[in-house]
Amino acid sequence: MVVLSDNPQFFLRRSPAESLPPPKVRSGTIGWLRANLFSSPFNVVLTLICVLLIAWIVPPLLRFFLIDATWTGADRNACLASPGNPAPGACWAFIRVWFSYLTYGFYPLGERWRVDLFFLALAFGLVWLLWLSAPRRGLGAIYFFVVLPILSFILLRGVPSIGVARISTDLWGGILVTVVLATIGIVVSLPVGIFLALGRRSKAPVVKLLSVIFIEFVRGVPLITVLFMASIMLPLFVPEALAPDKFVRAWIGIAMFASAYMAEVVRGGLTAIPRGQYEAASALGLPYWRMMAHVILPQALRVTLPNIVNTFIALFKDTSLVFVVGIFDFLRTVEAARGDPNWASPIVSITGYVFAAMFYFVCCYGMSRYAQRVEVRLARRSGRKGR
Amino acid sequence: MTDIVRPLPRHGGLIRSLVLQGALVLTVGVLAGGAIYNAAQNLAHANIAHGFGFRNNTAGFDISQSLISYSASTSTFGRAFWVGLLNTLLVAGLGIFFATILGFVVGLARLSRNWLVERLATGYVELIRNIPLLLQILFWYNAVLKSLPEMRGSVALPFGGYLNNRGLFLPRPEFGERFDAVIIALIVGVIVAAGLHIRARRVQERTGTQVGTLWPTLGAVIGLPLVTLTIFHFPLSFHNPDLGRFNVRGGLEILPELAALVIALSTYTAAFIAEVVRAGVLSVSPGQVEAAQALGLRSGTTLRLIVVPQAMRVIVPPLTNQYLNLTKNSSLAVAIGYPDLVQVFAGSVLNITGQAVEVIAITMAVYLSISLVTSLLMNLYGRTVAIAER
Repeated sequence: MVVLSDNPQFFLRRSPAESLPPPKVRSGTIGWLRANLFSSPFNVVLTLICVLLIAWIVPPLLRFFLIDATWTGADRNACLASPGNPAPGACWAFIRVWFSYLTYGFYPLGERWRVDLFFLALAFGLVWLLWLSAPRRGLGAIYFFVVLPILSFILLRGVPSIGVARISTDLWGGILVTVVLATIGIVVSLPVGIFLALGRRSKAPVVKLLSVIFIEFVRGVPLITVLFMASIMLPLFVPEALAPDKFVRAWIGIAMFASAYMAEVVRGGLTAIPRGQYEAASALGLPYWRMMAHVILPQALRVTLPNIVNTFIALFKDTSLVFVVGIFDFLRTVEAARGDPNWASPIVSITGYVFAAMFYFVCCYGMSRYAQRVEVRLARRSGRKGR
Repeated sequence: MTDIVRPLPRHGGLIRSLVLQGALVLTVGVLAGGAIYNAAQNLAHANIAHGFGFRNNTAGFDISQSLISYSASTSTFGRAFWVGLLNTLLVAGLGIFFATILGFVVGLARLSRNWLVERLATGYVELIRNIPLLLQILFWYNAVLKSLPEMRGSVALPFGGYLNNRGLFLPRPEFGERFDAVIIALIVGVIVAAGLHIRARRVQERTGTQVGTLWPTLGAVIGLPLVTLTIFHFPLSFHNPDLGRFNVRGGLEILPELAALVIALSTYTAAFIAEVVRAGVLSVSPGQVEAAQALGLRSGTTLRLIVVPQAMRVIVPPLTNQYLNLTKNSSLAVAIGYPDLVQVFAGSVLNITGQAVEVIAITMAVYLSISLVTSLLMNLYGRTVAIAER
């Protein structure tokens, strides 16, 4: 207890206190800078380091790839250092000259409209399937997984009996091969992956065991060894007359690999479906396959769509590995063009690789943005329904 | 995993299931049998031997880098296998080391409150993740390392190293006779330090007093080996590489293939590790940090005792997965001719012997066992973490 003394000390304010300084600016440009770049001495140092890093890296890159770049020319002399151009930049002339090779490979000139038509048909199918509010998406799936493969086969390989000349897959190359491999990969791996995922969750021990063995085996080894196996061992496993050509073998390897990964993605989607959905479907008396087709899979695939797209991105990047079994995919054609004696030089190499990187980046980044948007949309939807 | 609810019981459901499974076994069996029969026919036709007897034959091809003694004229295919496997493990080990450091730095940078740092880290992750690894390996090898100066114009590095388009040449440490004593001292130091830490923790758990372990640890781990080194008159010297006109003699040689592979693998995997780390840290609920602050823990202690242990639980399984991916991706070495398992075994050995089935099977078995052992360890880890949960 406080004992008051004889002479109580107290303080009486007779004049208003000095007003405090205004709070630091929290809004506007300065406030943003203070909060995000200069919030503490450590952050000031970090910001300075980053600014220096950017100032050190970006201008030389701009100069090399845009300002000093060579845009026209017929051979490597255009891109070499000369008195008029002592520090030559990127050699975009090389890409211009080789562009059609990088797109079609050795596909005969007169038949390239078929490839263009294939690209159009593919783009149409992709938009139909990936645009979530497109009309009749079920029909779109049939188009993509049934009509498109047949159409592509007729267009690209050709069926002489109906007047479309046959083009050997040895002549295919460039972006065409990369896109075809990735597309066939997804067209095959999604259905096979679904079956494998269902198999892995099946109650029948044999089905389960076989699915697990396949999935874990393929996921446990590098894609290169799967490709080697497909390209070297596959011809041994079938009668000599039936041996598939190089392209088909690489494609089988890729499809096997993608199916195993897709199976795990689909399985993740299946486990996300609440048990009540299975029970409700059973209570309605739906047999297994109807239950899967009408109740479980539509929901599971919707939930897991972002992951499916991510698997597809990985597949798209992985197609570059067919390089090692001698298929002329996009990367391999860049490599071949880069080595052409008329052009070969360090600057041409860098330009070629950067162009290839830009191609892959635009495709993959676009797809990953799409996956993120779908994810946000799904999260919003499930939040609204309070599921 | 939720079980699939069985559809309504129907007549003969079990029998139908058995018949279907039997049919499946039969189909797979017939396909496999046919494949084996065809393979035997085709191999006999092509006059190719079978079995693993080739492992004792002389290899007869050179390998540009080997960690164990190997010579083309006397070593066997079996030896070549080990050379390739060790090279794969070397690349994987180096790659994992650098990828982990870079990945954690970038992952934490992505969580930074500094806008510029966060943007730069995000840009790095997006750029690297969306470009095929093979392209990055080729870029580092052909566009960067191969355009370094030639032998004559070698860049001289401090401490007597050289850098040119044939590789990086560093002074090679030469270990004297008594150097094993230093290694023993190091091991003893680590054991002593570990003991100190365990004791300090026990004391803290019993009495609540914190015992400082920093200086004793440093003394045991660094001081003890240093003292031993001094006692035995520094049994460690460095052998500098000599720059000749066409060649570099002596010294420690790091092949450009190895360097390109390690750079590409570690920068690529780091982008994925960064995402794993970010997700792990974000998984710790902010309430945990607020609770720690309310208890008066400092920010460093909060990080060390509250955030990291909980984040690690989420980080470690996918991190291991990334390590496995890196190991499997190291097989891309074949594209630039680094002598890893695939290049040596599924490349050279396969070409010489022609025994595709055996060679590919062995190669796959190696990767498969690495994967299986790792996932086994991961399951064990998952179990210990689950037990530690209170």
